[in-house]
Amino acid sequence: MKKLSKAYIGLILMFLYVPIFVLIVFSFNETKSRSVFSGFTLDWYARLFNNDIIISSLINTIIIAVLASIVSTILGTLAAIGINSMKKVPKALVMNITNIPIINPEIVTGVSLMLLFVFFAARMNVEFGFVTLLIAHITFDVPYVILNIMPKFKQMDPNLFEAAQDLGCSPMQAFRKVILPEIMPGVISGFLMAFTYSLDDFVISYFTSGSTSQTLPITIYSMTRRKVSPEINALSTLIFIAVVIVLIVKNVIENKQNKKNSLYRRS
Amino acid sequence: MQKLKVLSLPYLVWMFIFILVPIIMVAFFAFTNNEGALTMENISDVGQYANIFIRSIWLAIIATAICLVLSYPLAYILSRIDKHKQSTMLMIVMLPMWMNFLLRTYAWMTLLGNNGIINNLLELIGIGPLKLINTSGAVVLGMVYNYLPFMILPLYSVMEKIDKSVIEAANDLGCNSFKVLFKVIVPLSLPGIVSGITMVFVPAISTFIISRMLGGGSNLLIGDLIEMQFLGNAYNPHLGAAISLVLMAIILVIMTVMNQFSPDDQVLI
Repeated sequence: MKKLSKAYIGLILMFLYVPIFVLIVFSFNETKSRSVFSGFTLDWYARLFNNDIIISSLINTIIIAVLASIVSTILGTLAAIGINSMKKVPKALVMNITNIPIINPEIVTGVSLMLLFVFFAARMNVEFGFVTLLIAHITFDVPYVILNIMPKFKQMDPNLFEAAQDLGCSPMQAFRKVILPEIMPGVISGFLMAFTYSLDDFVISYFTSGSTSQTLPITIYSMTRRKVSPEINALSTLIFIAVVIVLIVKNVIENKQNKKNSLYRRS
Repeated sequence: MQKLKVLSLPYLVWMFIFILVPIIMVAFFAFTNNEGALTMENISDVGQYANIFIRSIWLAIIATAICLVLSYPLAYILSRIDKHKQSTMLMIVMLPMWMNFLLRTYAWMTLLGNNGIINNLLELIGIGPLKLINTSGAVVLGMVYNYLPFMILPLYSVMEKIDKSVIEAANDLGCNSFKVLFKVIVPLSLPGIVSGITMVFVPAISTFIISRMLGGGSNLLIGDLIEMQFLGNAYNPHLGAAISLVLMAIILVIMTVMNQFSPDDQVLI
């Protein structure tokens, strides 16, 4: 049984990783062939770094992801605190609307925002580009921030805020010293989630970006539509390495925290 | 606590303008024509594309079923290995999901191509070359490859909570492994199955990238149809909005049905 389990995990991992490894191997291929490896080269990497479109869309993606995740974290944290203190019916209503971008297929969110922006573009001087892209990203990011924070309130004593004020805190102090530390883990995970979703998003950006402001996924898409270029393979390799590094660091930090926590509990 | 309600005001305004209004606009466009007059024409026009709808639903169902069959044993095995190994194993399984899905789909484009590796290998052993890319099979494969982690994760997180002693107790009370599976493990993991199915089905039925990259021009899905109405040659946002509305309705029906299988109030997204 043990052997069977291991073999099964092995098979699934093969299915998941073989395509990526083939992609990586062919990023070092001398020719453009996608099936015959003819010789080692780093040419495609050199070309990648000299490709202005890729570099500028990468920078654009990072700027949008940083801005969108910061704005949505602030907006979402304030919203979560406010929603938590609402009465049952308005709370349920707001949460249901907040869930719409999460449940809806991305393409529907994309075209619905596109319709709105087309409407604005026709009446005001709004153009498709950086601003529409940023608004779209914030819109699909905020619900994730709120959903990450809301459960933290359930674990918190609802009287803490008033107790702090009774003990002489101003509302602002009570917020900073009592509420914020309690919900901080949710705020951080919400921020990270918003950031990764923004970095990775293609579908919604595709409908809201216009031609002036492109993100990396959109550039990748137009590269795959045109002729084959091993630059995509080189790019995939670099992204894969970045992902591996980030996940290993994350894992190490989490393990350290777990150890610290278990020591803390024992003493 | 009541005073804190004000804090949500900026978000409520944002939510109204950028979530609620756009959805209302989709509904409005679906029921109007170019002159702004009310019409049912767009909705009835959607009927012309019934074959595309049926294909999308069918391919999404197959992909979801394959994901479930592949993920179920995997999630169970993962949930039973040593606790300290679990997080590492889970990380290894989920890692490919962190690559952009365009790159993951592109990987299969190169593998399945007419001069791709798989066809070259097939030729070596005397079969083929086969037509692998631009088939509906390739589209299903792309869906399974991209959305498999969406099935594994919810299944794993419910199975991890199943106590080992519950399974041992069932064994002690005379259940064979077959009975343990269907009387203990499946009922306890039902919420994970339900949420895994919706998490795979919704993106699978609405994708347009996978069908375009792996399906060629002959395997249009609902997503392609919508995209063509908004950014393609067939520019007609009214029809596109009507198709989007029907797609939302299909998903709503399926989620309502799925939630019936979820015990008590554990409605999962």
